[in-house]
Amino acid sequence: MSSTLLLIQLLNGIQLGVLLFLIAAGLTLVFGVMGFINLAHGVQYMIGAYLTVWFYGMTGHFGAALVLALLAALALALFLEFAVFRHLYDRDHLDQVLATFGVILFLNQAVKVIWGPVPLVISPPEFLAGTFRLTENLNYSIWRIAIIVIGLAIAALLWFLVTKTRIGMLVRAGASNAEMVGALGVDIRRLFMIVFGFGAMLAGFAGSIAAPIYSVEPGMGDGLLITAFVVIVIGGIGSIRGTFIAALLVGLVDTLGRSTITDILKLFLEPSAANQIGPALASMAIYILMAAVLFFRPEGLFPAQGRRA
Amino acid sequence: MRAAIPALIAFVFLAAMPLLAEFWGGSYVTGLVMRAMILAIAALSLDLLIGTCGLVSFGHAAFLGIGAYTTGIAITEGTTDLATILGITIAISVLFALVTGAISLRTHGVTFIMITLAFGQMLFFTFSALSAYGGDDGLTLWEGAHAYGAFEFEHGLFYIILGMLITIWFLLGCLREARFGRVLLAAKENSTRMETLGYGVFGYRLTAYVIAGVIAALAGVLIANEAEFVSPALSAWQRSGDLIIIVVLGGMGRRSGPVLGALAFVGLEESLSSLTHDWRLIFGPLLIFIVLFAKGGLASLFERRQA
Repeated sequence: MSSTLLLIQLLNGIQLGVLLFLIAAGLTLVFGVMGFINLAHGVQYMIGAYLTVWFYGMTGHFGAALVLALLAALALALFLEFAVFRHLYDRDHLDQVLATFGVILFLNQAVKVIWGPVPLVISPPEFLAGTFRLTENLNYSIWRIAIIVIGLAIAALLWFLVTKTRIGMLVRAGASNAEMVGALGVDIRRLFMIVFGFGAMLAGFAGSIAAPIYSVEPGMGDGLLITAFVVIVIGGIGSIRGTFIAALLVGLVDTLGRSTITDILKLFLEPSAANQIGPALASMAIYILMAAVLFFRPEGLFPAQGRRA
Repeated sequence: MRAAIPALIAFVFLAAMPLLAEFWGGSYVTGLVMRAMILAIAALSLDLLIGTCGLVSFGHAAFLGIGAYTTGIAITEGTTDLATILGITIAISVLFALVTGAISLRTHGVTFIMITLAFGQMLFFTFSALSAYGGDDGLTLWEGAHAYGAFEFEHGLFYIILGMLITIWFLLGCLREARFGRVLLAAKENSTRMETLGYGVFGYRLTAYVIAGVIAALAGVLIANEAEFVSPALSAWQRSGDLIIIVVLGGMGRRSGPVLGALAFVGLEESLSSLTHDWRLIFGPLLIFIVLFAKGGLASLFERRQA
């Protein structure tokens, strides 16, 4: 494989990693602070993408569509928190998995009913559309670069919020020991709602910016949700730093795995066997990574400090 | 004993089903009931993990896939003898359960849920990549397995499935009451205490994990023979979710729970989907409602209320 192709795959991997980070950040905070497994987090990503396409059709302006979609996604998230999730915080993980699975079933089907089962497409805003020359004969999409830049900026903002502000301090304290934070007089329910709304908006935002490059279809969040869970488990639950590193790691391993494993296998095996095993092994790469990490460090790479298992 | 009554009633009803279907529904209904019974077998095995051990496995459908694909591949390659297929299935599922169980059981809580999910996904992608055996599209079986003529009887497969269901239900019930099951139940309450008392909790749990895996793989063999079709979707994570739903719907850790849960699940799916194409719009909220308000599942409806 040529070095330019490798460069493109590297960029694609980072872009996927950044997108995963946006989804996983909310997931890990919600789980870290509230001990709440939200399978429906991937649905927020899907809703973000659909609403962006929808508002884009109405307003014809990507920026406006993005803002409207985020507000609508936030409203939906707060409604779900109020109607369903709030009643699950004290339940065991099994109940949480099941009830949020029910939310997935409902919303996936609702999206199919409203917008139809056919994948929708949307183009990025004009000034970020198109490609630029990476090398003499290779172009790279500007929008993907934009996603990387936006994602890194949000990661920096999150780092600032979590480590330098009062609310961030409370979130970190909550991830270590939510009961103690509540006992010290912090309105823990309100903190939950802020974290939850913020996390859902991040996932919705990921959906919005992913809409121009992936097909917008019912169930598009499911696969990514599972990958996001892999990310937070590898990174260590409740840790933003761990999630960021794990997201990039998973993005790179997945993307590079898909483009190189078959070729690498061809060095050892017959081409036909390599073509058989390669794709399967590539799809499995991130799960193998996760199993390996958990085997050696059951708490993940960077567990939140002081967190009790 | 009382807790077993709902399941026993269900078994009598199931045994009469092929006769009843003569008047109403025909082979469509018997097919549906066979599917429900197979799901009940898989759910019984999952309840050994969830209800008895307190281990929420989110990758149990992987074992269904192992059984189904072993059958599918064996038949495609010309091995149709059921005993041979069962032997291979048991060997593979024991091996898979030992390896994945030994790794998964090092973790607990959410991490256990996630790592079992990861192993399930690995198998899902493996099956999807078997391009010689249908890949993503799955594999149609042009003939079933041979069991010394037992399948050739009218409703032969039906009664074999029912027989297996009753046997496994009975054996798992005994296992739960036996010392083995009591150690697991106690470890679910407090594993540190059991360790201190000198029980090797890890070994007990790994044994339970292997038993559950083998039973689910047997259910997979039955699925392949009933549907005459196997596909990667059998071991998708949504399938594992379905199995958890069945266990909770029926009432986890309850003698009759998984059997009632599987019958109710298939019945619900069938009646809702005949009502509207978009049945998930009803099923999703119903599931939330059940989780929020109906603790103990269907089986608890038959228990004597305690003041």
